[in-house]
Amino acid sequence: MSTLASGRGHYVVWAVAAIVMGVLPLVFSSGASVTMMSLMGFAIVFALSYNMLLGQTGMLSFGHAVYYGLGGFMTAHALNVVGAGKLPIPLPVMPLVGGLAGLFFAVIFGWVSTKRAGTAFAMISLGIGELVAACSLILRGFFGGEGGISTSRTATLKMFGISFGPQIQVYYLIAAWCLICMAAMYAFTRTPLGRMCNAVRDNPERAEFVGYSTQMVRFIAFCVSGFFAGVAGGLAAIHYEIVTASVVGAVPSGFVLLMAYIGGIAFFIGPIIGAVLMTALQISLSDYTGAWLLYVGLMFVVVVMYAPWGLGGLLLMHQPLLAAGTWRRVLPAYALAVAPVLMLTVGGVLLVETSHHLMVKATEGPAMRLFWVDYQANSPIAWTAIVLLLVAGVWSLRRVAPKVSDAFHGAAQEARQRRAA
Amino acid sequence: MLELIIFSTLNGLLYGMLLFLLASGLTLIFSMMGVLNFAHASFYMLGAYFGYQISRFVGYWPGLVVAPVLVGVIGALVERYGLRTVHKHGHVAELLFTFGLAFIIEELVQMIWGKVPVDYRIPEALNFSAFTLFATTYPAFRMFMLLVSVAVFIGLLLLLTRTRVGLIIRAALTHPSMVGALGHNVPLVFMLVFGVGCGLAALAGVIAGPALVTQPAMAASLGPILFVVVVVGGLGSLPGAFIASLLIGLIQTFAVALNVSLADVLARLGVTVTRDSVGGDLWMATVAQVAPIIPYLLLVLVLIFRPKGLMGDRDT
Repeated sequence: MSTLASGRGHYVVWAVAAIVMGVLPLVFSSGASVTMMSLMGFAIVFALSYNMLLGQTGMLSFGHAVYYGLGGFMTAHALNVVGAGKLPIPLPVMPLVGGLAGLFFAVIFGWVSTKRAGTAFAMISLGIGELVAACSLILRGFFGGEGGISTSRTATLKMFGISFGPQIQVYYLIAAWCLICMAAMYAFTRTPLGRMCNAVRDNPERAEFVGYSTQMVRFIAFCVSGFFAGVAGGLAAIHYEIVTASVVGAVPSGFVLLMAYIGGIAFFIGPIIGAVLMTALQISLSDYTGAWLLYVGLMFVVVVMYAPWGLGGLLLMHQPLLAAGTWRRVLPAYALAVAPVLMLTVGGVLLVETSHHLMVKATEGPAMRLFWVDYQANSPIAWTAIVLLLVAGVWSLRRVAPKVSDAFHGAAQEARQRRAA
Repeated sequence: MLELIIFSTLNGLLYGMLLFLLASGLTLIFSMMGVLNFAHASFYMLGAYFGYQISRFVGYWPGLVVAPVLVGVIGALVERYGLRTVHKHGHVAELLFTFGLAFIIEELVQMIWGKVPVDYRIPEALNFSAFTLFATTYPAFRMFMLLVSVAVFIGLLLLLTRTRVGLIIRAALTHPSMVGALGHNVPLVFMLVFGVGCGLAALAGVIAGPALVTQPAMAASLGPILFVVVVVGGLGSLPGAFIASLLIGLIQTFAVALNVSLADVLARLGVTVTRDSVGGDLWMATVAQVAPIIPYLLLVLVLIFRPKGLMGDRDT
């Protein structure tokens, strides 16, 4: 165990994280950057709460946005009540309302959901998600119908002259809550209950024989996860100042699954990476291309097929190599793999963008510009180039992949031997 | 009243048979490979869109044969090159792979055919009313849909119970390794079943496309109800899927036709409730408004009281 992962090393990491979150707006100070970082803040909390279910307890849920959304709705209603009655409650306390709402609904729905595990649990969560989403048009008082519930974050008690009107103040609120929730969720993984969740994930039958009720463990994990999802929803309600029924639907549920899985479900830091990456993609990539959701879907399928531990896993599996100093061994093989991956990526992007231009933007004519090159979208030369790039990329990657795999395994083996010696 | 009952029964049977066309493929795939194909409704949507594209070139009838075959081939390729790679990572990874596939198919369909519904027309030969009952006409195309569904159901039943291939498939459903030890090409059987399942879904899309709207949201609207059917019927049970799909089809169709709310019932008993009373929204909601959530309520009830489903024998 390196010093970073034990004892005082822990506190260093958390202090660094706090400092980084505090300093970031000074580095990226434009309004758009601060907004994006606020979005990343509660996306991190949401993705981490989802990973409590998927990565730690092995429960795949397709309806987690229910607790996020219901937390958001309760926070919005509470903000309206506080604002109308001029109650002396400051804004930083309000996400707690969302958390408690998420906990409440997780207790109700979780009791039904956690009776089954595996695929049946996934289907139940999907059903409950659709149930709540469909209820949004029936219960118009709570969900506000099509218009949703609007609220104002400046109507609460102002303390120290902070009104939370400017985005930078909201960012620091979200960052503080994000840090607290991250620390709490990490602490949960180190408790005996957190370890039992892992045990239930790995071998439920054995956990039962040891004496724990797997249903109870899953239920408690579900409730705690619902609490943090509700906190994330509350933060989102404060940020956007409006909550609509789409926030409990299948789209955010699918998105948080993508965030957590692409980041990596096996490590605590995975969903953080996934949330940051996906939020950045959602905001920036959609400016460059109309097919950004297709890229996200393709990336997800590639991760599922070839990198089931996610991007975080890909990075963290090199940690033993770094610790033992054998990482130099893999560099030549990785350098070999750069060209095929580049060919495949460029070819793939060209294919998607050219097709997108031909089909969706047909009215703009066939002229387009990509990677600093002007060309006609329907020219045979362009399409031959795309096909050649893709074929060459696939062929060369197939040749290079075994070398990369061998190099990595060799380096890992040597790292293990060095540590044992 | 009788008119309502007869037409609702006909429409309910139709919707139920359509759901069964989809649920049968899904149940077969799940029984055999243990993977719940999240992209099944997406193959249904692909079938409708392929049928639409073919109908624009050569007409509706060739699409009835070509589209299911095309989508079946695509499904077989997905199984061979996609699912088999993911199989070693476990059931969760397979489910997530099909989820990602559903995502990608929806994006591709939106890119190729646009986000607005397409004009998939009922063929001229069937564009008349079959019969008139109580001054309401019933379209012949719907009778055609019902006939095709029943024919496919009978064909599937005969295939599974009376042919050699069906025998091997049914054996591979419960004992795949033994069937492999006896010399049959089990991976090929898996590929075949996946392809045929997707082809059935595409056939459902081709016949439902002109009647229901052909749009990119059709997969997302039918997908969850499909899973409700499969779970309520019992994961892995084909007769269960049949009963559950008819049940849900009939319940939803009858529910949409009833414009009664709890407030009306209470008014009959002399109690007046309005939207402003406590829980006002719940009293004023009519059965027709609640109809979309009835399948999910059924799912929750079945899962509380009979977790294996109506006729399930498999525990997941």
